[in-house]
Amino acid sequence: MSGLPFLLEIGTEEIPDWMIPPALKDLQRLFQELLDSQGFSPADLWVDGTPRRLVLRATGLPARQPDSEELLTGPPKVAAFKDGQPTPAALGFARKMGVEVGALELQSTPRGEYVCYRKKVAGRATRDLLAAGLPELILKIYFPKTMYWSGKGGPRFIRPIRWIVALLGDEVAPFEVAGVQAGRATSGHRLLGAPVIPVTTAGYEEKLRQNGVLLAARERQEKIEREVASLLAGTGLRLKTDPGLMETLVYITEYPTAVLGSFDPGYLELPEEVLVTVMRHHQKYFSVVDSAGRIAPHFVAVMNTDADPAGLVRQGNERVLRARFNDARFFWVVDQRKPLEARLEDLAHVTYQAKLGSYREKTDRIVDLVRQLGGSPQAVRAATLCKCDLTTEMVKEFPELQGVMGGLYARAQGEPEEVWRAICEHYQPVSMEDAIPSTLAGRLVSLADKLDALRGCFAQGLIPSGSRDPFALRRAAQGVVRILLEEELPVPLPALLGGDAQLAEFFRDRLEYYFREVRGYPYDEVRAVLVAGYSDLADVERRLEAIHAVRHTPDFEAVAASFKRIKNILRQAGFEGRGEVDETLLEAGAEWGLYAMLTAFRMARRLLARRDYVDALECMAPLRPHVDKFFDEVLVNAPDARIRQNRLTLLGNLLSEFSAIADFSEIVTTQ
Amino acid sequence: MHSFQEILFRLKHYWAERGCVIQEPYDVEVGAGTMCPETFLRVLGPKPYRVAYIQPSRRPADGRYGENPNRLYKHWQLQVILKPSPGDIVEQYLDSLKAIGIDLRQHDMKFEEDNWESPTLGAWGMGWQVMLDGLEITQFTYFQQCGGVDLDLVPAELTYGLERLTAFLQGKDSVYDIEWAPGVSYRDVRLAEEVQFSVYNFELADVATLWKLFELHERECHRLLDAFPDYPDQKRFPVLAAYDQVLKCSHLFNLLDSRGAISVTERVAVIGRVRKLAVGVAAAWLEQETQEVAA
Repeated sequence: MSGLPFLLEIGTEEIPDWMIPPALKDLQRLFQELLDSQGFSPADLWVDGTPRRLVLRATGLPARQPDSEELLTGPPKVAAFKDGQPTPAALGFARKMGVEVGALELQSTPRGEYVCYRKKVAGRATRDLLAAGLPELILKIYFPKTMYWSGKGGPRFIRPIRWIVALLGDEVAPFEVAGVQAGRATSGHRLLGAPVIPVTTAGYEEKLRQNGVLLAARERQEKIEREVASLLAGTGLRLKTDPGLMETLVYITEYPTAVLGSFDPGYLELPEEVLVTVMRHHQKYFSVVDSAGRIAPHFVAVMNTDADPAGLVRQGNERVLRARFNDARFFWVVDQRKPLEARLEDLAHVTYQAKLGSYREKTDRIVDLVRQLGGSPQAVRAATLCKCDLTTEMVKEFPELQGVMGGLYARAQGEPEEVWRAICEHYQPVSMEDAIPSTLAGRLVSLADKLDALRGCFAQGLIPSGSRDPFALRRAAQGVVRILLEEELPVPLPALLGGDAQLAEFFRDRLEYYFREVRGYPYDEVRAVLVAGYSDLADVERRLEAIHAVRHTPDFEAVAASFKRIKNILRQAGFEGRGEVDETLLEAGAEWGLYAMLTAFRMARRLLARRDYVDALECMAPLRPHVDKFFDEVLVNAPDARIRQNRLTLLGNLLSEFSAIADFSEIVTTQ
Repeated sequence: MHSFQEILFRLKHYWAERGCVIQEPYDVEVGAGTMCPETFLRVLGPKPYRVAYIQPSRRPADGRYGENPNRLYKHWQLQVILKPSPGDIVEQYLDSLKAIGIDLRQHDMKFEEDNWESPTLGAWGMGWQVMLDGLEITQFTYFQQCGGVDLDLVPAELTYGLERLTAFLQGKDSVYDIEWAPGVSYRDVRLAEEVQFSVYNFELADVATLWKLFELHERECHRLLDAFPDYPDQKRFPVLAAYDQVLKCSHLFNLLDSRGAISVTERVAVIGRVRKLAVGVAAAWLEQETQEVAA
């Protein structure tokens, strides 16, 4: 490929692992925008990152920005030429442009023909453009939280910037950002590499490799996977796969190396959930399971270095894990001296939220809600005990285990499976991908817990706005939506929202989001259906499926456009209410024709009652010619007020016939 | 293998060589080295400062009657403040580990995101917990705000957990087995204190008395802060004495908390009361600093 290679490396102190991939994406976007705005053709760009560097590389950049033209307008043609000869006005303009009159041209504009000069603007050197644009670009990369380090008012970034490499071909694009001069020297792994390493665009990645840095995330991941495979080969053990943990380890290391550690099999008497949580959340270790899927007394840790020559790293990690497991075992024993039920009163000392009181009070509300939802005695029992684990030492130490611990203690204390399972799963689903509680009791407790959070916070004005959602209410609402929909619980939504209009609106947004982003329905179909009501979520989905099914049949859009027109007419006329059409006032022809259709549609109501929405919607297709004809031939705004009212009533009836399915005026039509 | 005290000597020596004033522990109870005036107040304002000190940090609720191998009512921190933070601060930190005999090529070192925040002090910063072979040995923070004030110069704060670090270096599973001085264990030196203070903090401390003390110290602090604006010679005003009252309140709060004497509704409110004092002292101290710089 012709053109120049480009290398940008932003060298920093350790960036939080989870922020690196989005930052790289943002860097790529910003750089592409910079090229676009300067008239470059799209370039081949790619990005890479480690905790200490964000890297963007490109190939085929021209040395200069493409030349461009600028059209400069002079005097009008009538003033510039007289009898085919240039006037002083034309000569003056040419002189100002520094050219002969012959170089000027004519250009027609809305105001007539003008003399113009097409000025060629030579492109600037790419290196200069980059040097001018990059400082701002670098500081624009989005991070969820930033810091300053060079003094108040100084530049902000995720962590201090310590070096920058910016090379276009063999040359440095010279600029300074945050007091750091861009140059040609990178820095290696903190322990395995040299601190200052001159590089070229061609040799960059290899130079890093020689200095203990594997630049490509994929290469780091493959190294971990390869080493895990060889560590476990022949042992009959395998890794408990964990893509989230893998990504963390890939982005928290520059040179990952896997080590296999072990722990005393005696700890296996602890519940697997506890062992895995301690290893995963607190130590970032992979768990290891045997061929039957049972947890084995081993773990895989990933170091950020090349070897563990004396076994000190393995021993150190084993010792830390031993201390953690000892704590966990101590908590497991001590916590069980006090059954969950006996902890209920202690919840009075645990704040739920300053304005919403303690978890004791919240528990009462959850229990009430579960009863309202028709929960079984087991569901009510689970609701009563579901927050008691918050007072256990285990959950205080390992907050990720809330719920799960309650379930495990309930099981150990002889609660029936339906109860302990419901407690265990009542925080689910915590994400779009997470499983829904596996039992009805669990679903009801989960619903009650989330609805209580939503109702309480909304009542206190603690409403999410923009990116601020400190109580994770969007997630809670999304969980409610998923449980109601995916499990088809026949619970009317409004009854759950405690009559809070803002909360109803909030749910509408969540529903819209869910159907659009998760289920992939077009936004206008979703809106059309939601306007027609969303108290029964399963029904919303059936209506949506029906609209989607007929959306692309002939005439659907035309009918939707007609509905929009009808709605406008009714709105302009200030028409409300329904009433019945007075047949004696109808004109023969188009008006009778439409009325006959309406009567025929009454049958569609039976279909609606049976929720045969597709069939009902298919009845709409023959409507189109009648509506068109009506609008062509009938004057709605008749001079006689009774006739006018009757015609509006006819249209109103027609509209409302289908409004239980959707508001078709929300459908975006191409006409 | 270095003894506990040898590690302390070496770290102090190391930071002294890098221009730090070596301070001794502050003689009022604190929950963390950050609360000492040498950190909380010195990081405010435009004057550079470098200091290192070892500070016993008291956390009554963490007491375990000397029965838990890793948890202590009182533990020792080495607190290092470099204001402003030098560009090679991370490298300096790594070298300090070499100074106490850690061969970094034999170990695994990671910097994991950990943003420090103290609602009681109106303070926060960004940084890491430094992990050595899976053990957190240091909290590394770039301060951004203290006493509710954006900092002029950004200090780096390094807080070493000395018992953990030593247990790691000596290969001990329990901090009580650490060798403090040749032939003397941590148990010999400190066990009785852990036991007795656990008994006091959890069982015998008189809640009514603690509340009364809290209110007395709070009132005294307010009295001083109220007098500051109209005091004729502000540079001589005892802002530092007012700050001691804040520390007393904070420690009493921790004691009350470990006695289970602070209810749900009270908790946030009491933290707010201490923060109000801390913010007031920070503002007064900054005022004095600014006057001094202007003069």
